[in-house]
Amino acid sequence: MKILAYLETQEGAFKKNAFEAIKAARHIAELTGGEFIGATSGIDAANIQEAGKYGLETCFTLDHDALAQPNAAALAQAVSGLAEQETCQIVVFPATALGKETAPRVAVRLQAGMVADTIDIQRDGDCLVAVKPVYAGKALATVKIEAPQQVYTIRPNIFTATADSSATVSVSSFAPSLDDVATKTTVTGVTRNTGKLDVAEAEIIVSGGRGLKGPENFYLIEELARAFGAAVGASRAVVDAGWRPHAEQVGQTGKTVSPNLYVACGISGAVQHLAGMSSSKNIVAVNKDKNAPIFQVADYGVVGDVFEVLPELTRLVSETTGNKIEA
Amino acid sequence: MNILVGISRVPDTATKVAIDESGTAISAKGVKYIVNPYDEYAIEEALQLKQKHGGTVTAVTVADDGGKETLRSALAMGVDKAILVKDEQGLDSFGIAATLSELAGQDYDLVLLGRQSIDFDSFQMAGLLGELLGRPSLTVVSKLEIDGQTVKAERDIEGGKESVTSSLPCVISVQKGINDPRYPKLPDIIKAKKKPIEERAAQNLPARVTVTRMEMPPAKSGGVVLGDTADDIKELVRLLREDAKVI
Ligand SMILES: Cc1cc2nc3c(=O)[nH]c(=O)nc-3n(C[C@H](O)[C@H](O)[C@H](O)COP(=O)(O)OP(=O)(O)OC[C@H]3O[C@@H](n4cnc5c(N)ncnc54)[C@H](O)[C@@H]3O)c2cc1C
Ligand SMILES: Nc1ncnc2c1ncn2[C@@H]1O[C@H](COP(=O)(O)O)[C@@H](O)[C@H]1O
Repeated sequence: MKILAYLETQEGAFKKNAFEAIKAARHIAELTGGEFIGATSGIDAANIQEAGKYGLETCFTLDHDALAQPNAAALAQAVSGLAEQETCQIVVFPATALGKETAPRVAVRLQAGMVADTIDIQRDGDCLVAVKPVYAGKALATVKIEAPQQVYTIRPNIFTATADSSATVSVSSFAPSLDDVATKTTVTGVTRNTGKLDVAEAEIIVSGGRGLKGPENFYLIEELARAFGAAVGASRAVVDAGWRPHAEQVGQTGKTVSPNLYVACGISGAVQHLAGMSSSKNIVAVNKDKNAPIFQVADYGVVGDVFEVLPELTRLVSETTGNKIEA
Repeated sequence: MNILVGISRVPDTATKVAIDESGTAISAKGVKYIVNPYDEYAIEEALQLKQKHGGTVTAVTVADDGGKETLRSALAMGVDKAILVKDEQGLDSFGIAATLSELAGQDYDLVLLGRQSIDFDSFQMAGLLGELLGRPSLTVVSKLEIDGQTVKAERDIEGGKESVTSSLPCVISVQKGINDPRYPKLPDIIKAKKKPIEERAAQNLPARVTVTRMEMPPAKSGGVVLGDTADDIKELVRLLREDAKVI
């Protein structure tokens, strides 16, 4: 069994999810007694060596002009071409904007079965099964792929990677042949929310809800976020009210996150909010209503008023982390 | 421009979930079904594009008989035509995509979808259909402009937005924020009840994926509950440092 992990890059370096894809591929290789390789684009050989720390030994660069800033159709043709050349049966993508669109296209090309947003992969007899949250996280489905070829996208921050290896990565080039569907779409520009950590990628998230009473009080959330070194998140109620941008919304119609620590302040914990954050590894809730549903998923609950709790919490966290509170 | 809008029928988000006897699905008892919330944005976008460019809007769902109710909502919003592809077997995503691609391959310039179905959050249909049809796909689109054959879109990516250009025919999935879906008025809802729904049979396709187990997520037990005194907050920070080891 050979596994191919797609390693996403940004501005010439691997993203954190690249190491998570390696981790997942390595995990599948251990379950099946197989081996794994990486495929990437937009990064030079020197920077690829970083992946050796996570146990990657073989990596292919997908070399084609259309892949410098890849669109899904082009990337799918390149990755499936490489999977065929290297006889890889399993392909792993991060469940990111790019990965989520490319993976199903690869599945069609390889005639593979696919599971999206996987949080665990296990062995069941001779088969692999994947676990994924369904119905807004209210249930967990174990899914078996009946086809021999398999494609998985993995939820960010679940297959947490540790740099425990010192492998040297052997890098080869793969020049895919792309047809005209691949070149019909061009990425013409990317605007990043500058200077801000994105909730989809942050290790720690501090989120605020209607309990903050108004946009002018969100400095309390921003200061606590700076003390933690965290991203700022929000409930839909405050996004719909125009207090915060949609990019910060966590939940079913916002982003799905699983950070190490999620701090929910003045958020009731409606199912649609929980859908986006209940797989966080540690959850702190600050709410003055001890019956708020958010406490049912909280590991640490503070029953209290955000206006009293947050300034003190911010001060103590900042003391512990050494992070400054001011912008 | 002829547009096909794919609609998926999903349990209302407020539904309480229970596992049925088979242990591989949720119990259908007491579940209220709705139009997948993202698909309302797709219907609205299709109607607005029609207004600008002319053409027709067709809504399709691959579902059991209950899909008629879903299509009535689309008709009430104003789509021209509704097709139920009757699926008795419970097709997986690939089977649905294969079924839809047969239809979409005929004379539609654009297939509009929601960014994901909120039941299984599969997030696959746009990519599957794009590849099956040999067409470009653009997903999580929050801004769309079509001029002749040229498509300009803005899509949400991690930490920002991506601008892309592509061309018709293509498959596009839309995101909240692209528009404000209209609420059908009562007369429209009544009229929709009398409009015809075309029925077709789904293909029989072997499943590529099957659910072998459905379970409730492990309950969080024994969360620590603290008050709001200075000591409580000090204790919280200690727990985050020493127990959770997150700071
Ligand atoms: C189809 C659909 C999709 C949705 N998608 C999302 C989504 O993606 N994300 C999302 O978040 N929601 C979503 N929602 C909305 C969701 O149902 C809730 O309405 C929303 O999450 C509530 O936001 P909130 O917790 O900020 O506000 P509220 O529910 O009003 O809660 C405010 C909380 O603050 C507490 N509070 C008030 N004052 C204080 C104080 N001084 N100190 C401490 N606590 C205080 C209150 O006790 C209360 O629990 C969706 C809804 C639908 C129907
Ligand atoms: N059974 C279906 N019938 C028609 N369209 C569907 C169906 N399932 C999914 N779709 C469309 O595909 C989008 C993405 O769904 P999914 O890939 O299942 O998350 C949905 O928002 C719908 O627009």
